[in-house]
Amino acid sequence: MITFQNVSKSYGRKLVLDNLSFEIKEGQFVILIGPSGCGKTTTLKMINRLVKPDSGEIYINGINIMEQNPVELRRGIGYVIQQIGLFPNMTVEQNISVVPKLLKYPKERWQSIVRELLEMVNMPYEEYAHKYPSELSGGQQQRIGVLRALAASPPIVLMDEPFGALDPITRDALQEEVKKLQKKLKKTIVFVTHDMEEALRLADTIVFMDNGRILQMASPEEMLRNPASDIIKEFMGRHINSRGPAELYVEDVMRTRVLKVPKTLKVLECLDRMDRWEVNSVIVLNEDDTYAGTVQLEAIQEHGKVGHEIGELVSQDTPTVSRQCKAQEVLDQLLDSPYKYLVVLNDDRTVAGLITRTSLTKAIGEALWGAKS
Amino acid sequence: MSNLVPYILEHLLIVLIATGISVAIGVVLGIISYWVRFAAQIILWFSEMVQTIPALALLAILMVIFGLGNATIIAGLALYALLPIVRNTYTGLTSVPAPIKEAARGMGMSKLQRLFLVELPLAFPLIFSGIKISVVNSLSIAVMGVLIGAGGLGFPIYRGIQTQNFRLIMSGAIPVVIMAVLFDYLMSLIQKRLTRH
Ligand SMILES: Nc1ncnc2c1ncn2[C@@H]1O[C@H](COP(=O)(O)OP(=O)(O)OP(=O)(O)O)[C@@H](O)[C@H]1O
Ligand SMILES: [Mg+2]
Repeated sequence: MITFQNVSKSYGRKLVLDNLSFEIKEGQFVILIGPSGCGKTTTLKMINRLVKPDSGEIYINGINIMEQNPVELRRGIGYVIQQIGLFPNMTVEQNISVVPKLLKYPKERWQSIVRELLEMVNMPYEEYAHKYPSELSGGQQQRIGVLRALAASPPIVLMDEPFGALDPITRDALQEEVKKLQKKLKKTIVFVTHDMEEALRLADTIVFMDNGRILQMASPEEMLRNPASDIIKEFMGRHINSRGPAELYVEDVMRTRVLKVPKTLKVLECLDRMDRWEVNSVIVLNEDDTYAGTVQLEAIQEHGKVGHEIGELVSQDTPTVSRQCKAQEVLDQLLDSPYKYLVVLNDDRTVAGLITRTSLTKAIGEALWGAKS
Repeated sequence: MSNLVPYILEHLLIVLIATGISVAIGVVLGIISYWVRFAAQIILWFSEMVQTIPALALLAILMVIFGLGNATIIAGLALYALLPIVRNTYTGLTSVPAPIKEAARGMGMSKLQRLFLVELPLAFPLIFSGIKISVVNSLSIAVMGVLIGAGGLGFPIYRGIQTQNFRLIMSGAIPVVIMAVLFDYLMSLIQKRLTRH
C-alpha cells in the first residue's frame, strides 16, 4: 500500500535517510522505532509530503505521491502529532470536523461523524462537543487529536509519538483504544515511537531504524526472538526476557558469572577460591577450556589431598544442557535431579554458565510478571 | 458644550477612517511579511522609519500631496498607525505555535485556509492590541490636524491658544483625553475576552 523506493534525504551535509526501501501492507499497524535522530519523523512526514525526499520514490496504492496535489493527498491521510496540535480557537466539534469540512461534507454528515467518534471514546457529545481544547485534560485532548485524524475515514493514519507526553495510565488507555479502533476500522497505521513496550504492544510490524537505515523490519515476536543487532537488543532491554515462559531458552535464564578452574589447580588453592566466591562447588576445565566436570566441596573434604591437583576429584554426574534448550524442559530436569544446578555448554563444549533453581525461578517470574525495575 | 459635539464627531470620524485604512493596509503588509521573509525586512523597516518622522513634518510632507483639509490628516494618521498594526500582525502570525501550523498543513489546509481558519484567528488578539495602540495614539495626534486645515477637536484648542482662552482650550483637550482613556479601557476589555482561549 505504501512503498518507499531508494528514498534518501540530507539536511545540509548530514545524511538523514540513506536509500530507504520498504513496503507497508494495507491494514497493518506499523511502528517506526529507533534511537533519537535516526530519521523516524522524517520518514513519516514524507508520506504526507511534509518533507520532500532528495531522491527516490514513494508510492501509495501504486501512485507516485509526487504526482499528486499535496493538499488533496493530505486530506486523505490522517495525521496525529505528539504536541497534539488542536486548534485552540476551535471547539472540539470544530476541530474534529476540519477535514470533513475541507472535503465539503454536508453539515448533517459531519455532525453525525463528530457524534459517532466522540461516542467511541466515551466522551458524550452534549458534554464535550462545544468545549475548547484548553478546557480538556491532556489525555482528552490527545483523544480528540486522534479522532480528528480519523474524521474523514482516511485509509492511512500517521502518528508521531502521539502518546509520548501522557502519563502512563492515560497512555495505556489510549494505546488500548487506538488498537481497538484500528482493528475495527481496518486502517493502515504508521506510528512513530521510541518506547519498545508501546511498539511490542501495538505493532503488527516493527521497523527498527538507526542512522537513516532500516536495521530490521519484522513482527514483534520475530524481533524479540531474533534481534538483528546489538542496538535492537539493547532497545528491547528487559523485554527480551519478558516473552511468555514457554518461549524462554536456557541462555535466557542461565547465570554467566560462575567459578571455573583449570584441572591443574592445586586443591588448597581451589578451596581458597571457593571460599572467596562463597560457593560449595566448582566447574573444572580441560586445558583447551572445554568442560571437564564439577567438584563438590564434600568431595574435597572427603578425598582431597594437599598438593594434589583438583582434576583428580572431577565428577561428571552433574547434568549438562545446551544453551539453545527450552527452559521449560530444563525445569523438569532440575527438579528431578539431586543436583542443585545444571551446567550450560556452548556448541564447542566450553562452559556458557549454569542454571540454578534460583536463577530459573527468577527468570520465569520475570516472564510472568515483568522485571523488577 | 453642545457646540462641541460636531467637533467631537468629526474628530472621531477622522480617527476611525484613518484606523480603518491603516488596519486594511497594515494587516495585509503583516501577512506579506509573514509569508515572504525577504519582504518582512523592507516592510518593517519602512513602517519603523515612518514612525521616526516627527508628526508635524510628516503632515507637512503629506500636505504637498493631499493639500489642505481632512485627507491629509487621515493619511498622516494612517501612516503613523501602521507600525503597531504591521508589527503585531507579523509577530502574531509568526508566533502561532509550530505544532499547530504543522497540524493545519498536515491535515490538508491550503495556505489561505491556514491563514483564515487558524493563523489569523490565533494572531487576532495581538493584532487587536496593535489596533488599540494605534487608535489611542491617533486620537491625540489628530489634534494637529487643525494646522493643516482639518477639522476635529484641534480647532477649539487652537482657537483657545490664539485667544488665550483657557476654557476653550480645555473644552477641546478634555474630550480628547476622555476619548483616549475610554477607548483604551473598552478595547482592553475586548482584548481580555479575546485572549481567553
Ligand atoms: N528541518 C531540519 N533541518 C535540519 N536538520 C533536521 C531537520 N529535521 C530533522 N533534522 C535532522 O535529521 C535527523 C533525523 O531527524 P528526525 O526528526 O527524523 O529524527 P527522529 O528519529 O524522529 O528523532 P526523535 O526520536 O528525536 O524524534 C536528526 O539528526 C535531525 O536533527
Ligand atoms: Mg521524531
